[in-house]
Amino acid sequence: MKLYCLSGHPTLPCNVLKFKSTTIMLDCGLDTTSVLNFLPLPLVHSPRLSKLPGWVSKDGTINLEKELKDCAGRVFVDSQPEFCLPERELLDLSTIDVILISNYHCMMALPYITEHTGFTGTVYATEPTLQIGRLLMEEVVNFMERVPKAQSATCWKNKEIQRMLPGPLKDAVDVWTWKRCYSMQEVNSALSKVQLVGYSQKVELFGAVQVSPLSSGYSLGSSNWIIQSHHEKVSYVSGSSLLTTHPQPMDQSSLKNSDVLILTGLTQMPTANPDGMLGEFCSNLAMTIRAGGNVLVPCYSSGVIYDLLECLYQFIESASLGTTPFYFISPVANSSLEFSQIFAEWLCHNKQTKVYLPEPPFPHAELIQTNKLKHYPSIHGDFSSEFRQPCVVFTGHPSLRFGDVVHFMELWGKSSLNTIIFTEPDFSYLDALAPYQPLAMKCVYCPIDTRLNFHQVSKLLKEVQPLHVVCPEQYTQPPLTQSHRSDLMLELQPPPMPYRRCSVLNLPFRRRYERVYILPELANSLVPSEIKPGVSVATVSAVVHSKDNKHTLQSVPKPPPVAPSKKRKRVMDEPPVVMTPKPLLSGAVPLEAFLATLQKHGITEVKVEETADGHILHLQAEDTLIQLEEDGTHIVCDNNEPLRTTLRDLVLRFLQKL
Amino acid sequence: MPEINVTPLGAGQDVGRSCILVSIGGKNIMLDCGMHMGYNDDRRFPDFSYITQNGRLTDFLDCVIISHFHLDHCGALPYMSEMVGYDGPIYMTHPTKAICPILLEDFRKITVDKKGETNFFTSQMIKDCMKKVVPLNLHQTVQVDDELEIKAYYAGHVLGAAMVHIKVGSESVVYTVSRNKHAATAWIDKCRPDILISESTYATTIRDSKRCRERDFLKKVHESIERGGKVLIPVFALGRAQELCILLETFWERMNLKAPIYFSTGLTEKANHYYKLFITWTNQKIRKTFVQRNMFEFKHIKAFDRSYADNPGPMLIGKFKRQCSVIMPGYCVQGTIGHKILNGQRKLEMEGRATLDVKLQVEYMSFSAHADAKGIMQLIRMAEPRNMLLVHGEAVKMEFLKGKIEQEFNCYMPANGETATITTNPSVPVDISLSLLKREMALGGSLPDPKKPRTMHGTLIMKENSLKLVSSEQALKELGLNEHQLRFTCRVQLQDPHSDPDTLHRIYTHLKSVLKGYTIQHLPDGTVMVESIVIKVSSSAEDSNAKVLLLSWSYQDEDLGSFLSTLLKKGLPSGLC
Repeated sequence: MKLYCLSGHPTLPCNVLKFKSTTIMLDCGLDTTSVLNFLPLPLVHSPRLSKLPGWVSKDGTINLEKELKDCAGRVFVDSQPEFCLPERELLDLSTIDVILISNYHCMMALPYITEHTGFTGTVYATEPTLQIGRLLMEEVVNFMERVPKAQSATCWKNKEIQRMLPGPLKDAVDVWTWKRCYSMQEVNSALSKVQLVGYSQKVELFGAVQVSPLSSGYSLGSSNWIIQSHHEKVSYVSGSSLLTTHPQPMDQSSLKNSDVLILTGLTQMPTANPDGMLGEFCSNLAMTIRAGGNVLVPCYSSGVIYDLLECLYQFIESASLGTTPFYFISPVANSSLEFSQIFAEWLCHNKQTKVYLPEPPFPHAELIQTNKLKHYPSIHGDFSSEFRQPCVVFTGHPSLRFGDVVHFMELWGKSSLNTIIFTEPDFSYLDALAPYQPLAMKCVYCPIDTRLNFHQVSKLLKEVQPLHVVCPEQYTQPPLTQSHRSDLMLELQPPPMPYRRCSVLNLPFRRRYERVYILPELANSLVPSEIKPGVSVATVSAVVHSKDNKHTLQSVPKPPPVAPSKKRKRVMDEPPVVMTPKPLLSGAVPLEAFLATLQKHGITEVKVEETADGHILHLQAEDTLIQLEEDGTHIVCDNNEPLRTTLRDLVLRFLQKL
Repeated sequence: MPEINVTPLGAGQDVGRSCILVSIGGKNIMLDCGMHMGYNDDRRFPDFSYITQNGRLTDFLDCVIISHFHLDHCGALPYMSEMVGYDGPIYMTHPTKAICPILLEDFRKITVDKKGETNFFTSQMIKDCMKKVVPLNLHQTVQVDDELEIKAYYAGHVLGAAMVHIKVGSESVVYTVSRNKHAATAWIDKCRPDILISESTYATTIRDSKRCRERDFLKKVHESIERGGKVLIPVFALGRAQELCILLETFWERMNLKAPIYFSTGLTEKANHYYKLFITWTNQKIRKTFVQRNMFEFKHIKAFDRSYADNPGPMLIGKFKRQCSVIMPGYCVQGTIGHKILNGQRKLEMEGRATLDVKLQVEYMSFSAHADAKGIMQLIRMAEPRNMLLVHGEAVKMEFLKGKIEQEFNCYMPANGETATITTNPSVPVDISLSLLKREMALGGSLPDPKKPRTMHGTLIMKENSLKLVSSEQALKELGLNEHQLRFTCRVQLQDPHSDPDTLHRIYTHLKSVLKGYTIQHLPDGTVMVESIVIKVSSSAEDSNAKVLLLSWSYQDEDLGSFLSTLLKKGLPSGLC
């Protein structure tokens, strides 16, 4: 069993597991941190960004004026932002049988994998994962296509040139594999390969293994996966949470008794407490509004935003923000808000109960109804006429490189009254802000990452006790910036097996058993005998039928009866056709009992001689020797077949057959 | 021989109060717990004394599964759990869990508050009963205990209706209440259950396409309205009501009709909310468009006020009495008013009061989402059951379907309290050591040859509950046993006028010609080996022609050894070189 690691990003994993003749891809994460190296895509013409000076190396030998721009003391690529894809050379992607998706953030690379690689398999995901994943993809495509950029910069990627560039461009890895965003057509084609699954549904793959998603508590429809056969179990843990937010709680007990547990998607902010961050978020928001400033919240269109809105719903009145408009701007804002209300069975208990009343599970329905929260597909159209300040705007993309957020940065960045509050943990906020410097607006960093922290995960592992743990190498040492914090790493016995991008791990377990089914006819013909108390054995001779990786045992068909013919007397001359080999024997032949049995069968003249290992019985009338020893019996006789078979059967009476 | 027993406590050769007991692999499951609309006495509920005469329900039942929220499938639930007493798990889908208590409360109000019956379940009992409910998701495999697992499939019919697959070991049963007419969306694995238990409400009807029926329905409504009449559509508040609402709403929109459409207040309004929130449980077409426009927000359809009833002019109402034209869009259980007027009865006795003349036009349209013969046959093709069992249908009509099905396999239709026993023949799961299995696979070559079956030999070890199949050698090792070698040495006298080595060579040649396909070796140490049987030659001191052959073999080669000793006893044929 092998694990191929195609992504080095611990929270955006992409691994391939080869297990019992199946090839299973676990998640399809897209590393979008690469876009931080690009210039923002403004929605309306930005004189500032269009007048940036091009970059020329100090000695003037390299001139990349067209591709690279100097902005606020950093060099950025002036091109459509590109993403860092999972490794595509490590193994032939067309051999992948299935892709298991754990949550909607971990499927963004799907079109790169399923399209143009010869992939013919199936993708498994829960319904919320598919629907919200589709929205997030649609949003990114929309952001990119709205502001098409003619040029595609490639010269800077030349190894010789990249070496000469200033950081962080110089240190960017695998830049040749970076790709532009996919198209909506590719998204649709990729998502048409998704088959929906429910929690705890058992999906058979080719009869060889069974996969099953479990609730992971992190986002709507998020799942961990169990990949198992009758005798082996691999657990794949990705983005899980034990906090009580909107999704169904995490199913921990089903992870028990794993041979291997692949652990990814721990919190990226191990030192930030989500509840504390939420409090800070609210107080900063209120402070800014009261001072007459605007609040910008760069965020994804699904996920934590539901919790933020719920928190604000309770907070608005007490903070007397009742008249402040809240805007949610995204091409998929409406869909995201609507979809969140119809997945009752994927929600936590409290929200489920609301649906039974029947009431919408999320309070943002009420915020919309009372006009406190308004959503728009973009800053163009209705929004521009209805927009009032001061206000709170939720919009994407959290990288600040594309989407409507770019416009608000340009619009509000110059005033110190305004505040930008970062809540998404995926991007370093300093890097995100780099092309907008110098900024007058206040920056507040409240990353909310509800995924497991190291304390929770060690407790979880103690509980479920996997034999082996595999994890990204980042989890086996403290974070670079806090190297003294040995509590911010995994310490396990045996130590976890670390992986990095392009690792191929041999997972340490041997398969010993396989499930077969004995058909009733054969089962009925078996003759068990008790060997020890509570332990019986039976010898089995059977024909193995293997179909679709399932094995059944049937009775051996009886040979066709020999047609009576003139040659009948020659039948004896035919060598025997061995259908059933003789069983192995075990036990010992007790002397006294054996003698008694011989006597019963009319063999009375027996001379017994003691030897080092046992006895030799001389059957004088028959001139036959029987050598009885602890682990063997030897019958030496003349060619007297009836006698020999009688003796044989008498000996066999005392022995166990296996 | 293992068997599965199915006993209907209700709905056996009858329509209403569905309640079916299934005993499978030592587990007892109750499928549905409904009430009968046609009775007001004891016969209203299933006969639980069948179980309680031998003990408590909780001790007997492992779980209760409710297929959907119609009262003939869940109406007896609070009675069963709170009044008879059951504390085990009750499974139903989320929408059923949401809607079921509302219908139960409505049913209770009518029975207790309006009809003044006592000895009936209370509101609190409904609440307590619902606390015992465990919600089911579609396709989720729920492990009721270590052995019993259940899995729900989408069934169409009404919001949240489910088919259930119940499995213990390798035995299984599928229970389907009602099949969607959009059969394509109601899908089930080819799970090959031992029994498929199905409703047969419309056993005799093979209905024309849904579209035709819809057109017919709209035509009848339209004609009545054109005549200036009013149309009454008595319908369950949930399910068909929404379906008809969507149908009428679009028709009104298209035809630009102005006549008002009303639904009686209360339930239906609430029901529409449920449909909005549980839209993922409706069909593909409805859910795809929900972001743009939720199908359950109606423009033409309004809540009804009693004062509207005498308004002049045409109108359309759901669930209201005394109007010009009545269209029955579903099945009417025997004993109900609906059943009576459909059968042409023109005088109705109202409860305790005067009789009522029926003057309005009565139309019947099968809009009900129950399974018809075609739907059932389709399901059989999908699931490939070994046996079929029909419930929830009238005996006569069932017979018709039974006849159809029996052309293919066994079909049962037990009456209430009668047990159908089906013998199953499950295969036995065993863990085989991979080395043994691989050895057998390797022997057979890379591709299996159907003409040359691969025979496998091994030892089955039965310890506690585990069954392991290993090679005999491994079995000895695992059980900590010593092998006992049983050997035979046989002296065969032979007259052969040759030197010992020559005799040995002659034996070698002889055996070569007789035994095809065996390994025969002439070893330099003066022995011949056939497989692992050793043959040596010596001559007696007196007569060098009298040879003594020594054959030695172990018990594992018994057949061959015995054959060789018999063969050699006959002597060597002349003419051997």
